[in-house]
Amino acid sequence: MTLLYLDGVSVSFDGFRALNALSLVLEPGEMRAVIGPNGAGKTTMMDVITGKTRPDTGRVVFGEDTDLTHLDEPAIAALGIGRKFQKPTVFESHSVADNLLLALAGDRRARRTLRARETADENARIEAILATVRLAPERNRMAAALSHGQKQWLEIGMLLAQDPRLLLVDEPVAGMTDAETEQTAVLLRDINRTRSVVVVEHDMAFVRALGVKVTVLHEGAVLSEGSIDHVSEDPRVVEVYLGR
Amino acid sequence: MLEVADITLHYGAAIALRGVSLEARPGAVTCLLGRNGVGKTSLLRAIMGAHPISGGAIRWDGADISRLPTHERARRGIAWVPQGRDIFPLLTVRENLETGFAVLPRGQRRVSDEVFELFPVLRSMLGRRGGDLSGGQQQQLAIARALVTRPRLLLLDEPTEGIQPSIIKDIGRVIELLGARGDMAILLVEQYLDFAQALAQTIAVMDRGSIVLAGRREEVEAADVRRLVAV
Repeated sequence: MTLLYLDGVSVSFDGFRALNALSLVLEPGEMRAVIGPNGAGKTTMMDVITGKTRPDTGRVVFGEDTDLTHLDEPAIAALGIGRKFQKPTVFESHSVADNLLLALAGDRRARRTLRARETADENARIEAILATVRLAPERNRMAAALSHGQKQWLEIGMLLAQDPRLLLVDEPVAGMTDAETEQTAVLLRDINRTRSVVVVEHDMAFVRALGVKVTVLHEGAVLSEGSIDHVSEDPRVVEVYLGR
Repeated sequence: MLEVADITLHYGAAIALRGVSLEARPGAVTCLLGRNGVGKTSLLRAIMGAHPISGGAIRWDGADISRLPTHERARRGIAWVPQGRDIFPLLTVRENLETGFAVLPRGQRRVSDEVFELFPVLRSMLGRRGGDLSGGQQQQLAIARALVTRPRLLLLDEPTEGIQPSIIKDIGRVIELLGARGDMAILLVEQYLDFAQALAQTIAVMDRGSIVLAGRREEVEAADVRRLVAV
């Protein structure tokens, strides 16, 4: 049984083949790093999984037998697929804890939210997430006052509040300090104990620190797959990265 | 001469350049290499003034230009050929070239013959719309438009990206000719390693917002460059 199965997915924009019969399998509980040069199709792949882009051909099967290509973005999110875009998008003028509270799964219609009281259960979940994303000491600070790396962690925490089965994370360590980058690798490995994760990254030191299977995309298809050492010794991968 | 001295650059709170220093001399091609997202384009944006730096200094002909607006830098002889070309698709080739006049004094607003000697294909397409040109022709137009401003520093951001091999060769020859002329400094950002190494007198490689390897081409170990550019 697989968690996610992309089966011959193709997408074209104005005659440009962004994905070219891309097939990829993610096991339940797996963390996968996806790398590749510009235009390899990394973002389009995320767009297809989350329902932002509909493929021309192919299937995207999630869990038992749900074909995501028939669903819209909210329905896919509700199935338990959370996506973190590259830029941090948190509510700057709210505290760290309130950002998480807002993100918790639950009834968010205006009238209910206005009268809502934080329950003990919600509070416990927020504390657990704060511990996971290394923000317990920052609990009452305004999100705007966090460092760039901490904002990225907070947004990952907001995704966790939605209790997803699969997290898609796009270039999380771009713009982070070295220490934040190292912490992010540890943090994602922690999260991966209970959830599946797909990380797109260019930072090779970070990908190495994740220590997971790597998929190299090129021209919209899988060029190579395996450990970081395996793909970095693959002559086809070397050629692509040298621009030949 | 261009001197970039220990500059930092941020996008919001995210850091993109961490203390970058680099020189580009007239008559030389300086190649800047590195994987996606390591800060190559950010460095060009800093030099051009398209994004403010948060520390360090950029000097051109000995003057600190770090706080000058982009158009003033263009007037002082810096031209930028952006990645993806950014020609004006609805303007004709001639009109695209004439946008370069904006930085020239009134008496000098003409396209020199040299531009057409370097890119003969453009002469036959002057009336055609930029958007109707092939990708390779658009790239040549973008370089020609930069040359119209008579730059003494030419910034080229991945001019071979998505271009067919025959035109890559033409573009390589033009860069070589411009470098050999002796009065222009060329800073070439590339991911196509063989192309860059064939043209460069000086090589710099970036990783994670810093220059991690730099030197004259004959001093820099090709194996080190390959390791830093590949996975």
